[in-house]
Amino acid sequence: MSLEFSAESKERIAALLQKYPTKMAATLPVLWIAQEQFGWVSEDAVRLVAATLEVPESHVHGVATFYTMYNKKPVGRLHIQVCTNISCMLCGSDGTLEAFEKRCGLKAGQTNEDFTLQEVECLAACGTAPAVQINDKYYEPVQADDVPALVDRLLAETKEGA
Amino acid sequence: MSERVVTQNFGNEKAKEIATYESLGGYQALRKAVKMSPDEIIAEVKKANLCGRGGAGFPAGVKWSFIPKDAQTVYMVINADEGEPGTFKDRWLMHWDPHRLIEGACIAAYAIRSHKIYIYIRGELIEGARLLDKAVAEAYDKGYLGASMAGSGWAMDFVVHRGAGAYICGEETALLNSLEGRRGWPRLKPPYPAIKGLFGQPTVVNNVETLMNVPSIIERGGQWFADLGVDGDGGTRCAAVSGHVKSPGVYEVPVGTNLRTILDQYAGGMRDTPVKGVIPGGSSFPVLTNEEIDVPWANSMMRNDKIRSVEVRPGQPFLWGGGKELKSGPGSGAIIVMDQSTDMVRACARIVKFYAHESCGQCTPCREGGHWVATIVQRIADGNGKPSDLEMISSAAGGIGGTTICALGDAVSWSVLGFLTKFRDEFIAKVSG
Repeated sequence: MSLEFSAESKERIAALLQKYPTKMAATLPVLWIAQEQFGWVSEDAVRLVAATLEVPESHVHGVATFYTMYNKKPVGRLHIQVCTNISCMLCGSDGTLEAFEKRCGLKAGQTNEDFTLQEVECLAACGTAPAVQINDKYYEPVQADDVPALVDRLLAETKEGA
Repeated sequence: MSERVVTQNFGNEKAKEIATYESLGGYQALRKAVKMSPDEIIAEVKKANLCGRGGAGFPAGVKWSFIPKDAQTVYMVINADEGEPGTFKDRWLMHWDPHRLIEGACIAAYAIRSHKIYIYIRGELIEGARLLDKAVAEAYDKGYLGASMAGSGWAMDFVVHRGAGAYICGEETALLNSLEGRRGWPRLKPPYPAIKGLFGQPTVVNNVETLMNVPSIIERGGQWFADLGVDGDGGTRCAAVSGHVKSPGVYEVPVGTNLRTILDQYAGGMRDTPVKGVIPGGSSFPVLTNEEIDVPWANSMMRNDKIRSVEVRPGQPFLWGGGKELKSGPGSGAIIVMDQSTDMVRACARIVKFYAHESCGQCTPCREGGHWVATIVQRIADGNGKPSDLEMISSAAGGIGGTTICALGDAVSWSVLGFLTKFRDEFIAKVSG
């Protein structure tokens, strides 16, 4: 199935291209726009970005798979990313991750309709550890005890918004 | 409390608005700078002994002076890809005072005769990118950016560019490749970015905090800034303190402040039990023991006799950069504090796992070696190690440093051998279980 950028996305892309001397330089930002519009970066989205920027598909594929924030698979309504790096680990992130696994009924790395749960590397929030990123926002600190109420609240919010 | 150069607006929610920033004296340094010649600015920053705050500590004024004077197109790039474990100061700096960053970058760009600034901000900092977008729009509206920067006739453009999740893009040449729309693969040097950088043109890449010092240096003079710090390493630094202290946070301290003083007097002291180990400059830098932290927190730590040299194996120093012995340093400003309850083998395993994951895959020693070392340290941490594993770590980690395009490979060697040198007893206890 081929994809199309929306009129709004096309407008944003046109503005972006003014900012760089080459079209290729817009690969990362245009992949962001694709992810925002389609929810994740499928192979069709990769083809669309390549055609839009007139660069090889293999180039866009290489870029999309190099960077961890482009979702190569669909994600749940809440995309939960728990930092377990050194400062967070010292402050209890193992317990936090376990609490998310229990509440979401998932192991880190898995997705169901409501949740995608992932372990991530340092989020640059080490002074407020353990840090968790859920969709666009940081939550810090999140101890194991905070997890059930936080998930319930965000789930309710996203369901209202849907 | 000492002089606050870059954190003076912390806590003031209004300071991120341009009107408030201006009312506090903001953009006066830029107005002053555009009446100076680029060479005068570079001379002032050299006099300030402003060393880079991103990790390597290279003098900023010297870096700027490498740009060829006859270059036609020059780029100024801000490295806001803060991702070294333990480091969170740039996130706070951009949150509280985005205009100070824009002002500092404009002065730096003018000094290297550039008309274009790109900021590469890590992808996760979505809120930070929004704040910057807003601040940049305000600066355009007020004429600090655009066709005539602060009325000088010098055009200046500013582009906010988001990364997408890759630690390696904090390495400056990987960052340039990423900005060009490619995978974040570090480049072979030379040529250095000052000669052939972004889009093949002369480029300076500076860290966020580095640039935020520039307005005050222009206003108050390089000598004033140099005098705040120590010999050859001027000013103040943001200490991002995390781990087992009572009050983790970002504290601006004069360069050369005693490391234990930062823990005790700024970060509130230890939360539960006394210090076991402190990583003084982000997870790449070798860990220190409690006996080694009564030292000035400055780049001079690398030569401090109170700090034991890192060893490949007992009695054999690990040599780097032309045969120098490796001690430690303030790196990216991240101070990670571990108390007596910390399992140092586990801490080490977590750090190496990170480097193994973040290897870009170009160089075999880092791509393969990182995973080998991570696997071995993890099995020791899990109680499944063998006594011969210690020699295997020495051999593998000792063989990565100095053999790769960029410093990520070095970080594997530096961090692991640091833990093994300083806390060897804990490794031995785990393998003789």
